[in-house]
Amino acid sequence: MPVEPHVTSPRTLSEAYALLAQQPHRPVAGGTDLLVQITGELGDPPDRVLDIWHLDELRGIAVDGDALVLGALTTYTEMRRSPLVAEFLPALSEAAATIGAAQIQNRGTIGGNAANASPAGDTLPLLIACDAELVLGSERGERSVTAGEFWPEYRRTALAADELLLRIRFPMVGDRQVRFRKVGTRRAQAISKVVMALAWRGDDGTAPWRDVRLALGSVAATPIRAGATEAVLDGASPDQSTADRAASTLAGELNPIDDVRSSADYRRAVAARVLHRLIREAGGW
Amino acid sequence: MTRTLPPNSQPTAAPDALIIPLETRVPGRATTSLPLRREGPAKLTGVAKYADDLVFPGAWYGATIRSTEPHATLVGVDLAEAFDWSQVVVVTAADIPGDNVVSLIRDDQPILVPIGGEIRHQAEALCLVASADRETLRAAKRHLSVRTERLPAVFDPLESTEEFSHLEVGQGDLDVGFAEAELVIEGTYRVGHQEQLYIENQAMIALPHPDGGVTVHGSCQCPYYIHRALKRSLQLTDEQAVVVQAETGGGFGGKEEYPSMIALHAALLARKLGKPVRMIYERHEDLSATTKRHPAVVTHRTGVMRDGRLVAQEIDVVMDGGAYCTLTPVVLSRGVLHAGGPYRCPNVRIRGRAMATNTPPNGAFRGFGAPQTEFAAETQVNRIAEALGMSPLELRRLWAYREGDTTPTGQVLRESVAAPEVLEAAAEASDFVRHTEQTGRARAARASDARSASGIGLAMGWHGAGFTGSGEVHIAGVASVELTDMGVVRVLTAQTEMGQGTKTIFPQLVAEELGLEPEEVEVAPQDTSIVPDSGPTVASRTAMVVGGLIIKAARRLRAQVEAVTDRPFPDSYQLFARDHGGMRVDERFEPYPNVQFDDATYTGDAYPAFGWACAVARVDVDLDTGEVIVRDVVSADDAGRIIHPVLAEGQVEGGTLQAIGYATIEEIKLVDGRYLNDRLATYLIPTSLDAPRIEAILVEKPFSGAPHGAKGIGELPMDVGAPAVVAAIHDATGVWIHDLPATPERILAALTGAPTPAAPGVSVRAPDRGGA
Amino acid sequence: MSFRFFVNGDPVEVEVPGMRRLLDVLREDLALTGTKEGCGEGECGACSVLLDGAVVDACLVPICQVDGTSIRTVEGLGAENKLNDLQSAFLETGGAQCGICTPGMLMAAEAFLASGGPSDEDSIREAIAGNLCRCTGYRKIVEAIAQAAEQRRAADPHPA
Repeated sequence: MPVEPHVTSPRTLSEAYALLAQQPHRPVAGGTDLLVQITGELGDPPDRVLDIWHLDELRGIAVDGDALVLGALTTYTEMRRSPLVAEFLPALSEAAATIGAAQIQNRGTIGGNAANASPAGDTLPLLIACDAELVLGSERGERSVTAGEFWPEYRRTALAADELLLRIRFPMVGDRQVRFRKVGTRRAQAISKVVMALAWRGDDGTAPWRDVRLALGSVAATPIRAGATEAVLDGASPDQSTADRAASTLAGELNPIDDVRSSADYRRAVAARVLHRLIREAGGW
Repeated sequence: MTRTLPPNSQPTAAPDALIIPLETRVPGRATTSLPLRREGPAKLTGVAKYADDLVFPGAWYGATIRSTEPHATLVGVDLAEAFDWSQVVVVTAADIPGDNVVSLIRDDQPILVPIGGEIRHQAEALCLVASADRETLRAAKRHLSVRTERLPAVFDPLESTEEFSHLEVGQGDLDVGFAEAELVIEGTYRVGHQEQLYIENQAMIALPHPDGGVTVHGSCQCPYYIHRALKRSLQLTDEQAVVVQAETGGGFGGKEEYPSMIALHAALLARKLGKPVRMIYERHEDLSATTKRHPAVVTHRTGVMRDGRLVAQEIDVVMDGGAYCTLTPVVLSRGVLHAGGPYRCPNVRIRGRAMATNTPPNGAFRGFGAPQTEFAAETQVNRIAEALGMSPLELRRLWAYREGDTTPTGQVLRESVAAPEVLEAAAEASDFVRHTEQTGRARAARASDARSASGIGLAMGWHGAGFTGSGEVHIAGVASVELTDMGVVRVLTAQTEMGQGTKTIFPQLVAEELGLEPEEVEVAPQDTSIVPDSGPTVASRTAMVVGGLIIKAARRLRAQVEAVTDRPFPDSYQLFARDHGGMRVDERFEPYPNVQFDDATYTGDAYPAFGWACAVARVDVDLDTGEVIVRDVVSADDAGRIIHPVLAEGQVEGGTLQAIGYATIEEIKLVDGRYLNDRLATYLIPTSLDAPRIEAILVEKPFSGAPHGAKGIGELPMDVGAPAVVAAIHDATGVWIHDLPATPERILAALTGAPTPAAPGVSVRAPDRGGA
Repeated sequence: MSFRFFVNGDPVEVEVPGMRRLLDVLREDLALTGTKEGCGEGECGACSVLLDGAVVDACLVPICQVDGTSIRTVEGLGAENKLNDLQSAFLETGGAQCGICTPGMLMAAEAFLASGGPSDEDSIREAIAGNLCRCTGYRKIVEAIAQAAEQRRAADPHPA
């Protein structure tokens, strides 16, 4: 039986804010990261835990103006089943389906994935590629942080000690295309070796791409954007020479590491090859 | 879907004549409805009690303090003054009354490293602590520290100078063979560690007796191994040491020898404390400390003629035993004996050696040395077929053993040789020839920028049933069938149920013999105070060897009862018990007729019989990522007469998936002699989505030496799955993967011509430590 | 702290720390040892139970989040002498070998059967992908679940 830190289960958001304002707490949502950490004695357990599972303010999937908004407590199962996600951001549903299996998908949340700040967090590249905004709240009020700025360093987020992640806004852009690909270790219950999200705007498959976003996980200390590769892709048509240039640029700009799951060489090579394939599929050649 | 093929030939001799035509009612072949798994309902309702489910009031929780260095001197164990040690019991090597060794083959492995002694691997047990609650136990562990002095470490078995064992087998003249050969093909194959990954972690609970004795309840394959270990190190009599198997959640070899260590630890704490102590491993500890499949480097040099004839095989096997001997010499010998594959060759030399390294000791795992060497052998055969421009199926038709052939130990295969049958069965069921033509055409027509490819691969193998050489004679196992005073028939053996079906087939065999229904035969608990030592539950020996003993015992029981009652046993045994009391018949193993082995020269009949297997795998390979999906596998296996087809299929299907995992994703990386894949998030086994559709074909070529004609089945499928997958990857991609597992990293490197990733199974040195 | 919920239909109240794992509450506080621990990190699924009908790993659920819910464990299925259709299918097909993954596997399968979705092989395999089995190769488990699905469909062709 593992360590059992003190936990408080507020029933309202303002109650939660008040607790956070008094003392630092480690929030727990679906528990799929925190309980692994405590049981596995991976680092020191938190002194105080804030159980946010009952905060209904953090639930729900809705379209709000020009954005698809997911409450931080939206589970992967809810993402997979949501007609709104299927309509406006099917890549997110696809990503959710690659995480764990039924047990994890029923408990793991998009907010937990973001706040846990693992460089291998499967949805995080998608948040970056879609220019998602993370809405944070505290007694001091609410503020938004873009996904590109939310993970400043290894296992860190932009959250202040008294803040909670409330919801995630995905701007809906009419002509945007989004692709997701995870290279994992097996077909379920797998942590990624490389995870990639690619977004662009364009009229159809062959027209030049605009506003290209290429984000990757498991290849650096944080989820990252591949800026040099984006520059190659921006304004280019998805043809073979673009794909070749983008793939080699990506291989050059990534600096992954060897670890228990894979090797630096493989990650670099496979990221480039997966990107090449995504461009090729988009171009239809 | 399963098909059972009739045997192609009757055995030549039936000294214990009961091999009769298939349609006849014979022991073990239930002609009506099969018994369902005996303990199934208990398992399906959560009623079955595994070790961690057992409650012993007042029990304390035990823990093991382990080394964090691969090689060092243990200078001291320090207990911080700040902590209240009165709430804790601490055991060191000084508390061991008898020999500080885990009794097995060699007396090299200590129960606990003594102060001043040598730490030889990461996660080695140094001392023990126990407390009434887990919080105090955690605190105690934090306040206990060990002082060590680091010593140089050896990680690569090829660099090691310390040998556990070596052996050589062979026949003919290699020089003559290679001089004759028109083509010589060489290859080096390397395989890494594999974890058994029983889903129930290791667990033992010890209860002290007032007289110093101890009862241990736990998860294990071999209660009498533990019994011996307890007697020796705690200086107990036969009666003072009692070992009771709890329901066991898988073993696969991993609970053959290591449970002795845990039982000793729990018993030492319990005796010092005077209360029960629970030693329940968590997954992380289990993965970090317990035994794995031996890594190996196997080198082949093979001489063939252009027409395909095999004329010379020179094979060199090096296994990494880890830091202590455990069962390594026996693993090596099985590996060497199977290293040539099931093929006729006039000139053979196979050499093997097992080396020590400063890594956790390796031990038993389903297949026991054979999966390593048969992966190498089969991949070599498939490469030879390619070099000759022959079909791998045709080449094996030419080479496969037939009755009358002689193995490298000089064993004449007199009967029960089903190599041709399993080969044809698997080829036919998988439609191998047609699929091979298709994949070949697709490969030829494939554009250079194709993104996926499909392939099919075939491998065959053999597996000696029962112990190697004179093992069974040395063990001299005893099994019993008893008619109790209450008129109940029960089987008494030390054979454990760990999922493979012992508790179902033993009553089935005895019931058939006595004319009863299986439900009318009970199975005595695996408790050393109740059952005789019928030997360990390993080496695919339970059904063949011990199954044979209980059939013979049942026959004698029946004869003795019927001699008195003069009526058929089923009609009279309960009356007999009422009038005359109970009766127990003990049956001791006697050597199989005409089976002889010379341990000194390693010649003769290495096994009383062999099982034969052939697997055909189909894969899809993602050419961008090197990811492999194994779509389906056909495995044809001959284990002699099949006792219970559902359970036998279960063995084939489960063993095949373990082989698929070995082939594709199961890998352990090491740094500074420590396993990095020490959690289930990093040591991966196939999920239901990774598992192929497995078709098991049971081929029956009975063994006349066993009264029921059965051979072993448990390990057989483990030998053939991996080389079949690697052959299929080659068929799809054109690249040969020489190292297991064939990970996407290795496949992509081969496809792109990038440098081959590091060898499996060899530790990387710690970046900041010198070492040797 | 005190938490009230239902286990297999019966109301229970436990006085335990809020971060105690549901798994430990079931096994140690309520003596329901049918639910097994295989890894403690949500990888093996041996501790799968149903929480308000959804399959979860009991090793990852703090009891504070169970308050007010309904839990179903293997003990809530059929008894030894009266197995339910799913348990019987496992017994007949050979879907249980060593048995340690079986309780969790059954609960994942129950959630799948209750979902009323298609019961083709791929769907069944996806439904149990969070439950590791080292003995069977999964084939007989898939067969057992398919058999139970067929029986339930035959018994109730138009579930609510």
